[in-house]
Amino acid sequence: MTYIAILITFVFISNFVLTQFLGICPFIGVSKNVDSAVGMGFAVTFVMALASIATWAIQHLVLIPLKIEFLQTITFILVIAALVQLVEMVIQKISPPLYKALGIYLPLITTNCAVMGIALIAVRSDFSALESFVAGIAAGFGFLLAIILMSTIREKLDAEWIPKHLRGVPIAFITGGLMALAFMAFDKALINNLFPGL
Amino acid sequence: MIILYSFLSVTLLGLIFGVGLSMASKALAVRKDEKVEAVESKLPGINCGACGYAGCSGYAEAIAKEEEEDLTLCSPGGPDVALELAEIMGVEVEISNQRMVAQVFCRGNDERSKTEFVYQGVTDCNAAYLYFGGNKSCKYGCLGLDSCIKVCPVDAIIHDEDGCVWVDKELCISCGKCIDICPTGVMKLIPHEADYIVACNSKDKGAVTRKYCSVGCIGCKMCEKASPEGGYKVDNFLATIDYSMDGEREAASVKCPPKCILSLKGVTVKDEKN
Repeated sequence: MTYIAILITFVFISNFVLTQFLGICPFIGVSKNVDSAVGMGFAVTFVMALASIATWAIQHLVLIPLKIEFLQTITFILVIAALVQLVEMVIQKISPPLYKALGIYLPLITTNCAVMGIALIAVRSDFSALESFVAGIAAGFGFLLAIILMSTIREKLDAEWIPKHLRGVPIAFITGGLMALAFMAFDKALINNLFPGL
Repeated sequence: MIILYSFLSVTLLGLIFGVGLSMASKALAVRKDEKVEAVESKLPGINCGACGYAGCSGYAEAIAKEEEEDLTLCSPGGPDVALELAEIMGVEVEISNQRMVAQVFCRGNDERSKTEFVYQGVTDCNAAYLYFGGNKSCKYGCLGLDSCIKVCPVDAIIHDEDGCVWVDKELCISCGKCIDICPTGVMKLIPHEADYIVACNSKDKGAVTRKYCSVGCIGCKMCEKASPEGGYKVDNFLATIDYSMDGEREAASVKCPPKCILSLKGVTVKDEKN
Protein backbone atom coordinates (compact mmCIF):
# COMPACT_ATOMS: atom_id res chain seq x y z
CA MET A 1 0.00 0.00 0.00
CA THR A 2 2.80 2.42 0.78
CA TYR A 3 4.11 1.96 -2.75
CA ILE A 4 0.78 2.97 -4.23
CA ALA A 5 0.70 5.93 -1.87
CA ILE A 6 4.19 6.96 -2.98
CA LEU A 7 3.14 6.61 -6.61
CA ILE A 8 0.06 8.80 -6.15
CA THR A 9 2.02 11.31 -4.10
CA PHE A 10 4.72 11.91 -6.67
CA VAL A 11 2.55 11.71 -9.78
CA PHE A 12 -0.26 13.96 -8.58
CA ILE A 13 -0.03 15.47 -5.10
CA SER A 14 3.54 16.67 -5.23
CA ASN A 15 4.05 16.55 -8.96
CA PHE A 16 7.62 17.64 -9.59
CA VAL A 17 6.87 20.17 -12.26
CA LEU A 18 3.44 21.50 -11.41
CA THR A 19 3.56 21.50 -7.62
CA GLN A 20 7.22 21.62 -6.66
CA PHE A 21 8.37 23.61 -9.72
CA LEU A 22 11.46 21.51 -10.35
CA GLY A 23 12.71 20.74 -13.85
CA ILE A 24 11.01 23.73 -15.45
CA CYS A 25 13.74 24.12 -18.07
CA PRO A 26 12.99 20.95 -20.07
CA PHE A 27 9.30 21.38 -19.27
CA ILE A 28 9.26 24.63 -21.25
CA GLY A 29 12.08 23.85 -23.65
CA VAL A 30 11.15 20.40 -24.94
CA SER A 31 7.36 20.69 -24.93
CA LYS A 32 6.87 22.19 -28.39
CA ASN A 33 5.67 18.93 -29.87
CA VAL A 34 4.31 15.72 -28.40
CA ASP A 35 6.87 13.34 -29.89
CA SER A 36 9.92 14.95 -28.34
CA ALA A 37 8.00 15.57 -25.09
CA VAL A 38 7.29 11.84 -24.77
CA GLY A 39 10.95 11.05 -25.50
CA MET A 40 12.11 13.52 -22.88
CA GLY A 41 9.54 12.27 -20.36
CA PHE A 42 10.64 8.66 -20.63
CA ALA A 43 14.32 9.60 -20.54
CA VAL A 44 13.74 11.55 -17.33
CA THR A 45 11.76 8.67 -15.82
CA PHE A 46 14.55 6.28 -16.65
CA VAL A 47 17.28 8.45 -15.17
CA MET A 48 15.24 9.32 -12.07
CA ALA A 49 14.60 5.66 -11.29
CA LEU A 50 18.29 4.80 -11.64
CA ALA A 51 19.52 7.91 -9.86
CA SER A 52 17.26 7.46 -6.85
CA ILE A 53 18.48 3.93 -6.27
CA ALA A 54 22.14 4.85 -6.87
CA THR A 55 21.98 7.78 -4.49
CA TRP A 56 20.25 5.60 -1.90
CA ALA A 57 23.21 3.23 -2.10
CA ILE A 58 25.73 6.05 -1.74
CA GLN A 59 23.81 7.55 1.18
CA HIS A 60 23.45 4.32 3.13
CA LEU A 61 26.71 2.59 2.23
CA VAL A 62 29.12 5.51 2.24
CA LEU A 63 27.84 8.74 3.74
CA ILE A 64 25.99 7.45 6.84
CA PRO A 65 28.65 4.95 7.99
CA LEU A 66 31.32 7.64 7.67
CA LYS A 67 29.02 10.29 9.27
CA ILE A 68 29.59 12.73 6.44
CA GLU A 69 25.97 13.28 5.38
CA PHE A 70 26.72 16.96 4.75
CA LEU A 71 28.42 15.88 1.51
CA GLN A 72 25.08 14.73 0.09
CA THR A 73 24.80 17.44 -2.55
CA ILE A 74 28.26 17.17 -4.02
CA THR A 75 28.38 13.38 -4.09
CA PHE A 76 24.88 13.13 -5.54
CA ILE A 77 25.82 15.50 -8.35
CA LEU A 78 28.86 13.33 -9.02
CA VAL A 79 26.83 10.12 -8.99
CA ILE A 80 24.03 11.43 -11.20
CA ALA A 81 26.40 12.92 -13.78
CA ALA A 82 28.50 9.76 -13.98
CA LEU A 83 25.40 7.59 -14.11
CA VAL A 84 23.85 9.50 -16.98
CA GLN A 85 27.09 9.33 -18.95
CA LEU A 86 27.29 5.59 -18.39
CA VAL A 87 23.65 5.04 -19.30
CA GLU A 88 24.11 7.03 -22.48
CA MET A 89 27.05 4.88 -23.53
CA VAL A 90 25.29 1.62 -22.68
CA ILE A 91 22.17 2.57 -24.59
CA GLN A 92 24.20 3.65 -27.60
CA LYS A 93 25.91 0.26 -27.63
CA ILE A 94 22.97 -1.98 -26.86
CA SER A 95 20.02 -0.33 -28.52
CA PRO A 96 20.70 2.24 -31.27
CA PRO A 97 16.97 2.85 -31.90
CA LEU A 98 16.41 3.71 -28.22
CA TYR A 99 19.53 5.88 -28.34
CA LYS A 100 18.15 7.71 -31.34
CA ALA A 101 14.90 8.30 -29.46
CA LEU A 102 16.39 9.34 -26.10
CA GLY A 103 19.96 10.17 -27.06
CA ILE A 104 19.80 13.91 -27.47
CA TYR A 105 17.85 14.33 -24.24
CA LEU A 106 20.09 12.26 -21.98
CA PRO A 107 22.92 14.82 -21.62
CA LEU A 108 20.31 17.48 -20.87
CA ILE A 109 19.02 15.46 -17.94
CA THR A 110 22.41 15.42 -16.22
CA THR A 111 21.74 18.90 -14.96
CA ASN A 112 17.99 18.57 -14.49
CA CYS A 113 17.25 19.64 -10.93
CA ALA A 114 14.26 17.28 -10.75
CA VAL A 115 16.68 14.33 -10.71
CA MET A 116 18.66 15.90 -7.88
CA GLY A 117 15.36 16.71 -6.21
CA ILE A 118 14.10 13.15 -6.11
CA ALA A 119 17.45 11.94 -4.75
CA LEU A 120 17.38 14.45 -1.88
CA ILE A 121 13.66 14.02 -1.16
CA ALA A 122 13.97 10.23 -1.07
CA VAL A 123 16.85 10.50 1.40
CA ARG A 124 15.07 13.07 3.55
CA SER A 125 11.89 10.94 3.67
CA ASP A 126 13.89 7.95 5.00
CA PHE A 127 12.76 5.75 2.14
CA SER A 128 14.06 2.19 1.82
CA ALA A 129 15.88 1.16 -1.36
CA LEU A 130 12.73 -0.12 -3.05
CA GLU A 131 10.71 2.86 -1.89
CA SER A 132 13.33 5.20 -3.37
CA PHE A 133 13.15 3.32 -6.63
CA VAL A 134 9.36 3.55 -6.74
CA ALA A 135 9.53 7.23 -5.82
CA GLY A 136 11.99 7.79 -8.67
CA ILE A 137 9.72 6.11 -11.19
CA ALA A 138 6.66 7.90 -9.84
CA ALA A 139 8.36 11.29 -10.00
CA GLY A 140 9.40 10.51 -13.57
CA PHE A 141 5.83 9.61 -14.48
CA GLY A 142 4.69 12.85 -12.90
CA PHE A 143 7.13 14.72 -15.14
CA LEU A 144 5.97 12.68 -18.14
CA LEU A 145 2.34 13.49 -17.40
CA ALA A 146 3.03 17.19 -17.03
CA ILE A 147 5.15 17.50 -20.17
CA ILE A 148 2.70 15.51 -22.32
CA LEU A 149 -0.22 17.65 -21.15
CA MET A 150 1.83 20.76 -21.81
CA SER A 151 2.97 19.69 -25.28
CA THR A 152 -0.56 18.80 -26.43
CA ILE A 153 -1.79 22.18 -25.26
CA ARG A 154 1.10 23.95 -26.97
CA GLU A 155 0.47 22.13 -30.25
CA LYS A 156 -3.09 23.45 -30.16
CA LEU A 157 -1.89 26.92 -29.18
CA ASP A 158 0.20 27.03 -32.36
CA ALA A 159 -2.95 27.29 -34.46
CA GLU A 160 -4.58 29.93 -32.28
CA TRP A 161 -4.33 33.66 -32.58
CA ILE A 162 -2.15 34.90 -29.72
CA PRO A 163 -1.06 38.51 -29.09
CA LYS A 164 2.39 38.95 -30.55
CA HIS A 165 4.17 39.67 -27.29
CA LEU A 166 2.80 36.47 -25.74
CA ARG A 167 3.72 34.05 -28.53
CA GLY A 168 6.10 31.19 -27.72
CA VAL A 169 7.55 30.96 -24.25
CA PRO A 170 5.41 33.60 -22.45
CA ILE A 171 2.11 31.89 -23.25
CA ALA A 172 3.74 28.57 -22.29
CA PHE A 173 4.54 29.96 -18.83
CA ILE A 174 0.99 31.23 -18.40
CA THR A 175 -0.34 27.83 -19.47
CA GLY A 176 2.01 26.13 -17.03
CA GLY A 177 0.80 28.40 -14.25
CA LEU A 178 -2.83 27.56 -14.91
CA MET A 179 -1.98 23.86 -15.00
CA ALA A 180 -0.21 24.23 -11.65
CA LEU A 181 -3.36 25.81 -10.21
CA ALA A 182 -5.35 22.80 -11.42
CA PHE A 183 -2.88 20.45 -9.76
CA MET A 184 -3.43 22.18 -6.43
CA ALA A 185 -6.69 20.25 -6.34
CA PHE A 186 -4.67 17.12 -5.57
CA ASP A 187 -4.30 17.43 -1.83
CA LYS A 188 -2.67 15.23 0.81
CA ALA A 189 -6.22 14.55 1.99
CA LEU A 190 -6.59 12.41 -1.12
CA ILE A 191 -4.17 9.83 0.31
CA ASN A 192 -5.85 9.90 3.73
CA ASN A 193 -9.25 9.33 2.16
CA LEU A 194 -8.06 6.59 -0.16
CA PHE A 195 -6.02 4.73 2.45
CA PRO A 196 -7.30 5.61 5.91
CA GLY A 197 -4.76 5.04 8.64
CA LEU A 198 -1.74 5.19 6.36
CA MET B 1 38.85 12.71 11.11
CA ILE B 2 35.74 13.95 9.38
CA ILE B 3 37.82 16.16 7.10
CA LEU B 4 39.96 13.18 6.14
CA TYR B 5 36.93 10.95 5.55
CA SER B 6 35.10 13.48 3.43
CA PHE B 7 38.25 14.28 1.46
CA LEU B 8 38.98 10.62 0.86
CA SER B 9 35.44 9.56 0.04
CA VAL B 10 34.84 12.30 -2.52
CA THR B 11 38.26 11.77 -4.10
CA LEU B 12 37.72 8.03 -4.23
CA LEU B 13 34.25 8.33 -5.66
CA GLY B 14 35.47 10.77 -8.28
CA LEU B 15 38.37 8.50 -9.14
CA ILE B 16 36.16 5.41 -9.39
CA PHE B 17 33.64 7.17 -11.62
CA GLY B 18 36.35 8.74 -13.76
CA VAL B 19 38.25 5.51 -14.33
CA GLY B 20 35.00 3.58 -14.72
CA LEU B 21 33.68 5.94 -17.33
CA SER B 22 36.91 6.04 -19.31
CA MET B 23 37.02 2.23 -19.32
CA ALA B 24 33.38 2.08 -20.27
CA SER B 25 33.86 4.48 -23.15
CA LYS B 26 36.60 2.19 -24.48
CA ALA B 27 34.61 -0.99 -23.95
CA LEU B 28 31.36 0.39 -25.22
CA ALA B 29 32.76 2.44 -28.09
CA VAL B 30 30.43 2.29 -31.04
CA ARG B 31 32.16 2.17 -34.39
CA LYS B 32 30.38 4.44 -36.77
CA ASP B 33 30.34 3.48 -40.40
CA GLU B 34 32.96 5.67 -42.04
CA LYS B 35 31.09 5.71 -45.30
CA VAL B 36 27.94 7.04 -43.62
CA GLU B 37 29.95 9.83 -42.03
CA ALA B 38 31.70 10.67 -45.29
CA VAL B 39 28.40 10.81 -47.18
CA GLU B 40 26.70 12.83 -44.46
CA SER B 41 29.49 15.39 -44.39
CA LYS B 42 28.91 16.07 -48.10
CA LEU B 43 25.16 16.61 -47.70
CA PRO B 44 23.96 20.13 -46.89
CA GLY B 45 22.69 19.17 -43.42
CA ILE B 46 19.56 21.29 -43.43
CA ASN B 47 17.25 18.26 -43.07
CA CYS B 48 14.67 19.60 -45.52
CA GLY B 49 13.38 16.15 -46.46
CA ALA B 50 13.29 16.78 -50.21
CA CYS B 51 14.99 13.41 -50.79
CA GLY B 52 12.13 11.58 -49.08
CA TYR B 53 14.20 10.51 -46.08
CA ALA B 54 13.93 11.77 -42.52
CA GLY B 55 16.75 14.29 -42.68
CA CYS B 56 20.22 14.19 -44.18
CA SER B 57 21.45 11.39 -41.90
CA GLY B 58 18.66 9.12 -43.12
CA TYR B 59 19.59 9.67 -46.75
CA ALA B 60 23.29 9.26 -45.96
CA GLU B 61 22.66 5.92 -44.29
CA ALA B 62 20.54 4.67 -47.17
CA ILE B 63 23.23 5.63 -49.67
CA ALA B 64 26.11 4.18 -47.68
CA LYS B 65 24.31 0.87 -47.18
CA GLU B 66 23.47 0.88 -50.89
CA GLU B 67 19.76 0.68 -50.23
CA GLU B 68 19.27 3.85 -52.24
CA GLU B 69 20.76 3.91 -55.71
CA ASP B 70 19.64 7.36 -56.81
CA LEU B 71 22.36 9.80 -55.74
CA THR B 72 20.66 12.84 -57.24
CA LEU B 73 17.77 13.07 -54.77
CA CYS B 74 19.33 15.97 -52.87
CA SER B 75 17.88 18.98 -54.63
CA PRO B 76 19.42 21.61 -52.31
CA GLY B 77 22.86 20.18 -53.00
CA GLY B 78 22.24 19.91 -56.71
CA PRO B 79 24.66 18.33 -59.17
CA ASP B 80 27.75 19.26 -57.11
CA VAL B 81 26.68 17.10 -54.19
CA ALA B 82 25.55 14.28 -56.47
CA LEU B 83 29.03 14.19 -58.07
CA GLU B 84 30.74 14.16 -54.68
CA LEU B 85 28.49 11.35 -53.49
CA ALA B 86 29.26 9.39 -56.63
CA GLU B 87 32.96 9.80 -55.92
CA ILE B 88 32.57 8.39 -52.42
CA MET B 89 30.43 5.49 -53.56
CA GLY B 90 32.58 4.84 -56.60
CA VAL B 91 29.76 4.95 -59.12
CA GLU B 92 28.82 7.10 -62.07
CA VAL B 93 25.87 9.47 -61.95
CA GLU B 94 24.08 11.15 -64.77
CA ILE B 95 23.33 14.76 -64.03
CA SER B 96 20.42 15.65 -66.20
CA ASN B 97 18.03 17.69 -64.12
CA GLN B 98 18.77 21.38 -64.04
CA ARG B 99 18.29 23.51 -60.98
CA MET B 100 14.63 24.25 -60.36
CA VAL B 101 13.13 26.88 -58.09
CA ALA B 102 9.59 27.35 -56.80
CA GLN B 103 7.62 30.41 -57.73
CA VAL B 104 4.18 31.85 -56.99
CA PHE B 105 2.08 32.08 -60.14
CA CYS B 106 -0.07 34.93 -58.86
CA ARG B 107 0.34 38.69 -58.54
CA GLY B 108 -3.13 39.42 -57.20
CA ASN B 109 -2.96 41.49 -54.04
CA ASP B 110 -5.76 43.25 -52.15
CA GLU B 111 -6.09 46.02 -54.74
CA ARG B 112 -5.93 43.94 -57.89
CA SER B 113 -8.13 41.00 -56.90
CA LYS B 114 -11.66 41.03 -55.59
CA THR B 115 -12.64 39.15 -52.48
CA GLU B 116 -15.96 37.48 -51.71
CA PHE B 117 -15.95 37.79 -47.95
CA VAL B 118 -13.78 38.82 -45.02
CA TYR B 119 -11.80 35.92 -43.58
CA GLN B 120 -10.99 36.25 -39.90
CA GLY B 121 -9.91 32.72 -39.04
CA VAL B 122 -6.52 31.19 -38.33
CA THR B 123 -3.69 32.67 -40.40
CA ASP B 124 -3.20 29.57 -42.48
CA CYS B 125 -3.95 29.01 -46.16
CA ASN B 126 -5.28 25.49 -45.67
CA ALA B 127 -7.67 26.68 -42.96
CA ALA B 128 -8.92 29.51 -45.18
CA TYR B 129 -9.25 27.16 -48.15
CA LEU B 130 -11.83 25.11 -46.22
CA TYR B 131 -14.26 28.04 -46.54
CA PHE B 132 -15.33 27.96 -50.19
CA GLY B 133 -11.74 27.74 -51.38
CA GLY B 134 -10.61 30.94 -49.71
CA ASN B 135 -11.94 34.48 -49.53
CA LYS B 136 -10.68 35.53 -52.98
CA SER B 137 -13.09 35.45 -55.89
CA CYS B 138 -10.33 33.68 -57.79
CA LYS B 139 -10.09 30.10 -56.57
CA TYR B 140 -6.73 29.49 -58.27
CA GLY B 141 -4.65 32.30 -56.81
CA CYS B 142 -2.46 32.94 -53.80
CA LEU B 143 -4.40 33.32 -50.54
CA GLY B 144 -1.48 35.19 -49.00
CA LEU B 145 -1.79 33.69 -45.51
CA ASP B 146 1.86 32.66 -45.26
CA SER B 147 1.60 28.87 -45.03
CA CYS B 148 4.47 28.50 -47.50
CA ILE B 149 6.50 31.17 -45.72
CA LYS B 150 6.20 29.28 -42.46
CA VAL B 151 7.15 25.94 -43.98
CA CYS B 152 10.13 27.17 -46.04
CA PRO B 153 13.32 25.84 -44.40
CA VAL B 154 15.56 28.57 -45.87
CA ASP B 155 13.27 31.63 -45.56
CA ALA B 156 13.30 32.14 -49.31
CA ILE B 157 9.63 33.17 -49.48
CA ILE B 158 8.57 36.67 -48.49
CA HIS B 159 5.90 39.30 -49.03
CA ASP B 160 7.32 41.75 -51.55
CA GLU B 161 6.56 45.47 -51.64
CA ASP B 162 3.30 44.76 -53.49
CA GLY B 163 2.03 42.55 -50.72
CA CYS B 164 2.30 39.52 -52.99
CA VAL B 165 4.03 36.33 -51.90
CA TRP B 166 7.22 35.87 -53.89
CA VAL B 167 10.11 33.42 -53.89
CA ASP B 168 13.70 34.62 -53.93
CA LYS B 169 15.11 32.27 -56.54
CA GLU B 170 18.67 32.63 -55.30
CA LEU B 171 17.70 31.29 -51.88
CA CYS B 172 15.26 28.59 -53.02
CA ILE B 173 16.56 25.04 -52.68
CA SER B 174 13.57 23.48 -54.49
CA CYS B 175 12.69 21.17 -51.63
CA GLY B 176 9.04 21.33 -52.71
CA LYS B 177 7.59 21.86 -49.23
CA CYS B 178 5.75 25.03 -50.23
CA ILE B 179 4.27 23.27 -53.25
CA ASP B 180 3.01 20.46 -51.05
CA ILE B 181 1.41 22.73 -48.49
CA CYS B 182 -0.23 25.20 -50.90
CA PRO B 183 -3.95 24.38 -51.15
CA THR B 184 -4.59 26.20 -54.43
CA GLY B 185 -1.61 24.78 -56.32
CA VAL B 186 -0.46 28.28 -57.27
CA MET B 187 3.19 27.40 -56.57
CA LYS B 188 5.09 25.56 -59.26
CA LEU B 189 8.68 24.73 -60.10
CA ILE B 190 10.38 26.66 -62.86
CA PRO B 191 13.99 26.48 -64.07
CA HIS B 192 16.36 28.75 -62.19
CA GLU B 193 17.37 30.31 -65.52
CA ALA B 194 13.77 31.09 -66.55
CA ASP B 195 13.61 34.64 -67.92
CA TYR B 196 9.84 35.12 -68.05
CA ILE B 197 6.92 33.74 -66.08
CA VAL B 198 3.16 33.88 -66.67
CA ALA B 199 2.22 34.91 -63.16
CA CYS B 200 -1.34 33.62 -63.14
CA ASN B 201 -2.99 30.33 -62.34
CA SER B 202 -6.60 31.09 -63.21
CA LYS B 203 -8.29 28.59 -65.50
CA ASP B 204 -11.52 30.58 -65.61
CA LYS B 205 -12.73 32.07 -68.88
CA GLY B 206 -11.21 35.42 -69.81
CA ALA B 207 -14.32 37.43 -69.07
CA VAL B 208 -14.69 35.83 -65.65
CA THR B 209 -11.02 36.32 -64.78
CA ARG B 210 -11.12 39.95 -65.92
CA LYS B 211 -14.04 40.62 -63.59
CA TYR B 212 -12.27 39.62 -60.40
CA CYS B 213 -8.60 40.32 -61.11
CA SER B 214 -6.77 43.03 -62.99
CA VAL B 215 -3.60 40.99 -63.47
CA GLY B 216 -5.12 37.62 -64.37
CA CYS B 217 -4.44 35.78 -67.62
CA ILE B 218 -7.51 36.00 -69.82
CA GLY B 219 -6.37 33.45 -72.37
CA CYS B 220 -6.31 35.92 -75.29
CA LYS B 221 -3.42 34.14 -77.04
CA MET B 222 -1.64 37.43 -77.72
CA CYS B 223 1.55 35.93 -76.33
CA GLU B 224 1.40 32.99 -78.73
CA LYS B 225 1.28 35.40 -81.65
CA ALA B 226 3.74 37.99 -80.33
CA SER B 227 6.50 35.52 -79.46
CA PRO B 228 5.92 32.39 -81.55
CA GLU B 229 9.33 30.99 -80.62
CA GLY B 230 8.94 31.66 -76.90
CA GLY B 231 7.10 28.45 -76.07
CA TYR B 232 3.87 30.18 -75.01
CA LYS B 233 0.84 27.93 -75.02
CA VAL B 234 -2.68 28.83 -73.97
CA ASP B 235 -4.70 25.99 -72.50
CA ASN B 236 -7.87 26.25 -70.44
CA PHE B 237 -7.71 30.06 -70.76
CA LEU B 238 -4.30 30.10 -69.12
CA ALA B 239 -0.98 30.78 -70.81
CA THR B 240 2.01 28.67 -69.85
CA ILE B 241 5.61 28.73 -71.00
CA ASP B 242 7.44 25.69 -72.26
CA TYR B 243 10.93 26.41 -70.99
CA SER B 244 12.55 23.87 -73.31
CA MET B 245 12.04 26.40 -76.12
CA ASP B 246 14.48 29.26 -75.87
CA GLY B 247 13.14 31.82 -78.34
CA GLU B 248 12.59 35.42 -77.27
CA ARG B 249 9.70 36.06 -74.91
CA GLU B 250 9.93 39.81 -74.39
CA ALA B 251 7.47 40.84 -77.11
CA ALA B 252 4.73 38.79 -75.50
CA SER B 253 5.42 40.34 -72.14
CA VAL B 254 4.99 43.82 -73.62
CA LYS B 255 1.87 42.91 -75.59
CA CYS B 256 0.10 41.02 -72.80
CA PRO B 257 -3.12 43.01 -72.03
CA PRO B 258 -3.33 42.31 -68.27
CA LYS B 259 0.50 42.46 -67.98
CA CYS B 260 0.76 39.16 -66.21
CA ILE B 261 3.90 38.01 -68.02
CA LEU B 262 6.77 39.14 -65.83
CA SER B 263 10.44 39.38 -66.60
CA LEU B 264 12.65 37.56 -64.10
CA LYS B 265 15.95 38.68 -65.62
CA GLY B 266 18.12 39.96 -62.81
CA VAL B 267 15.00 40.51 -60.77
CA THR B 268 14.55 38.58 -57.60
CA VAL B 269 11.82 40.44 -55.80
CA LYS B 270 10.37 43.25 -57.82
CA ASP B 271 7.19 44.09 -59.56
CA GLU B 272 7.52 45.86 -62.88
CA LYS B 273 3.89 46.57 -63.49
CA ASN B 274 2.02 49.75 -62.57
